[in-house]
Amino acid sequence: MSGTRHVVIIGNGISGVTCARNLRKLDENVRITLISGESKYFFSRTALMYIYMGHMKFEHTQPYENWFWEKNRLELKESWVKEIDYSSKQICFQSGEKMDYDDLVIAVGSKPNKFGWKGQDLKGVQGLYSKQDLELMEENTKSGVSRAVIVGGGLIGIEMAEMLAYKKIPVTFLVRESGFWDNVLPKEESELVGRHILEHHIDLRLESELDEIIGDESGRVKSVRTKSGKKISCQFVGLTAGVSPNIDFLKGSELHINRGVKVNLNFETNIPNVYAIGDCAEFDQSPAADRRPIEQVWYTGRMHGETLAQTLAGRPTSYKPGHWFNSAKFLDIEYQTYGTVPANWDSSQIDSFYWEHTAGKIAFRMLQDKSGTLVGINNFGFRLRHEFFDRALTEKWSGAKVIANLEKANFDPEFFAPYYIEIQKEFKSQFGGDFKVSKPSFIQKLFGASV
Amino acid sequence: MKWIQKLGLVLFLIGLGSFILIPFLGNYSLDKELVLANTKEIHQEKMAEILEPMYGETYSSNFAFLSAFGDYFNTYNDQLKADANWDQVIWDDYSFSLALAGLDSPVKDNPWMFFALSIGLAVLGGIFYNLPKYQGEPEGIKNNGIFHSSIKNRGILGMITGSFLILFYIVLYWFPAYLVTLVAMVSPISEMLSGNPASQWFLYGLIYTLAIIVMGVRMFRKYRGNKYQQLRTASVMFFQTAFAFLIPEILVLMNQPYFDFKNIWPLDYDFFYDYQISTFLSSGGVGMFMLIWGILLIIVGVPVFTYFFGKRWYCSWVCGCGGLAETVGDPFRQLSDKSLKAWKYERYIIHGVLVLAVIMTLVTIANYFSGFSFLGNATNQLHSFYGFAIGSAFAGVVGTGFYPFMGNRVWCRFGCPLAAYLGLVQRFKSRFRITTNGGQCISCGNCSTYCEMGIDVRAYAQKGQNIVRSSCVGCGVCSAVCPRGVLKLENGSEENRITDFPILIGNDSVKLNA
Repeated sequence: MSGTRHVVIIGNGISGVTCARNLRKLDENVRITLISGESKYFFSRTALMYIYMGHMKFEHTQPYENWFWEKNRLELKESWVKEIDYSSKQICFQSGEKMDYDDLVIAVGSKPNKFGWKGQDLKGVQGLYSKQDLELMEENTKSGVSRAVIVGGGLIGIEMAEMLAYKKIPVTFLVRESGFWDNVLPKEESELVGRHILEHHIDLRLESELDEIIGDESGRVKSVRTKSGKKISCQFVGLTAGVSPNIDFLKGSELHINRGVKVNLNFETNIPNVYAIGDCAEFDQSPAADRRPIEQVWYTGRMHGETLAQTLAGRPTSYKPGHWFNSAKFLDIEYQTYGTVPANWDSSQIDSFYWEHTAGKIAFRMLQDKSGTLVGINNFGFRLRHEFFDRALTEKWSGAKVIANLEKANFDPEFFAPYYIEIQKEFKSQFGGDFKVSKPSFIQKLFGASV
Repeated sequence: MKWIQKLGLVLFLIGLGSFILIPFLGNYSLDKELVLANTKEIHQEKMAEILEPMYGETYSSNFAFLSAFGDYFNTYNDQLKADANWDQVIWDDYSFSLALAGLDSPVKDNPWMFFALSIGLAVLGGIFYNLPKYQGEPEGIKNNGIFHSSIKNRGILGMITGSFLILFYIVLYWFPAYLVTLVAMVSPISEMLSGNPASQWFLYGLIYTLAIIVMGVRMFRKYRGNKYQQLRTASVMFFQTAFAFLIPEILVLMNQPYFDFKNIWPLDYDFFYDYQISTFLSSGGVGMFMLIWGILLIIVGVPVFTYFFGKRWYCSWVCGCGGLAETVGDPFRQLSDKSLKAWKYERYIIHGVLVLAVIMTLVTIANYFSGFSFLGNATNQLHSFYGFAIGSAFAGVVGTGFYPFMGNRVWCRFGCPLAAYLGLVQRFKSRFRITTNGGQCISCGNCSTYCEMGIDVRAYAQKGQNIVRSSCVGCGVCSAVCPRGVLKLENGSEENRITDFPILIGNDSVKLNA
């Protein structure tokens, strides 16, 4: 093996694994090692909630069978890294073992935020990010929990609420802001999700901020107090106020670190042959106008991995993300977004079109600039086609053209109600436009798939 | 659980318990007249003589009766076999008809009461249990707790359920004489429909249909809010009730051949058997229509419908095996094996069965048209082998009995020759595919986990690749359980249907084939 270049990737999440897979495709000879103390085999972090709820077993969350790694000569090292000696290009494991590298990729992901709340390290208080977090949560909620409190209204918070609801544990959901996830979602969408949370009997409390977590004499949580002085007795607290790069073990070395590992758009750190991708990387400039310097989404992690693999295979490539897209599921309501739809916009620059179904669980928003060009869309409770909007954004379609062709964007299963017709009608009444509203198909009429 | 569901569960268990106990109720006795009335003319005299020691005896259980019957009958036959007197050996099995005729049971006297107590209570209990499911909860598919469930995740209850089903099929196919009490119980229903007393196949068809209806109700509740699942379930319930159960019985009432208009060769493997062909040819216009209809389905129906809609038009909308799998089997769909190895076995086995069925049929037809000069009666051996190994053991015992062990589509995935034929058309000449929604997949694994055919859907979805697989029955559950709106069953242009080198959109840094 001597003489073969050794690329070592710390972290086998979506970024690290995508990087390894793509590098192997581009280079048959390079030696590739994936290091993880969390799990020997790659699994989908986004699916942890489904294990808890009995939808899947852990093995189902593994996208590749166990033989895949050996077949593709991707070496797996199940161990925690203690520190890295950049000058001698060597990794030290907590076990005392050492490993040499030629190129090093740091893809260590995130950890749940803890903002220094009093009592944040009590027993029964935890975040949810890793496999170990899930195991801890299973242990913490096994029995004796008559109420749980979740702190922080984001995607992991609502997942945790759904998980606890499965165990029939009543949940109080403390959200600091005046609407659920309202730093991302516009007001109407945030309210739509908020209503759905209440419909699931989750005690959503907006504008409620955690002040202190109070423990009993055994060091276990027994209640929380909010800033307004309300005391809620509980036996479990979920801390879900976002995540931040998991880089504590890298601190205090020559590697430049801010909130994450500082990288340029080629994912290069300040140290030669050392790269960082995924949640833990912090760009020195925004990759695009609507992007943040730290990207903590499954899809961006994957794209970082795809891109860095090119560089590692000798084709230096800069990260150049395409149009933004994302998705989530809030209990029963699916959400997708394409392009840019911020929580707030300047109405002198942007026009917003919003349609909501009378039952209040299905919605569509489209933003266009003053020239009428599409900026982005949100859709709730029905499905829209990524390819359609990627093309519409690239080709700078007008909002009216998007709506006129909305039937082609529909991605709902067959026989579902044609919401695009209602959206077209509403757009016409608000913005005009000389397109024809789609007609329901024969099948849609026959089976009464009305809106 | 709501009180009405608890009541439903109790009623179901009482019904099931009664159903299991009923075969043990009753006495059996034989006399000469009964034997003469229930045996073929050529065997009448001999059988009456063989069974003479049983006359006047009263047997208090089916075990006692059938063991005595077996003793006398086998003693006779074994002697002949030992002497190589092959032409005198009685190959017919009269145990079922004689047990049914000799049965004296309260069940026979009060069939409706026992029917209500067993099948009736089970159906009622099932509906009580299923109908209130998810009431008061928002619409949406909940797979909550499936892998924490003993029955759905190969726990002890799953093992018991599977063992019971396997035992039931073994008795039904090879020891039906033990079930005569149940057959007598449903006989009045059979007489209402076809004018004939029930056979074990009528009993089976009745239970099968009721099971699809009760568990179809469960599907309506589980997949509420999903119109595709609702319609598909209504369709299999309709085709089972009307086409597989009622119409054939009514045909018999009208003195026409028993015929299931939606059953297609080679699933319907005896369609070209000589006795079937003779029936069609001797039944006038109706018989001729059945023969032509059956052939048209094979050579026109399958390719044309599969071209436009994929094999789902049959497998998850029409077929009886599919109907059971999609209703009764739905709670077990997550148990199918997703490994690459299983896919390899699947391709060998299912295409092997297809080849076997085709060869058997070709030989049968050649033999038929050569006036049996080609192979004489040797095709009968082939038929009984196929009927035993594939028709009964694979499709029935393994196909349904293994639901709680290997998922609800074991037969459809590994064995059904019609599924293999439909699959070949679907793979090579069809507009059907499952499309993946750009880069939206998060590799969570719900689609693969809930694919009853064991397709690793995620492997395609995470690459942005269309799913074009011969085995896909188009049940639509992968699309239904996807939390990010990634999968859609579509019929569309054949161009770009198969995307061998897909490109995941959203990353402009590189254009690569994931």
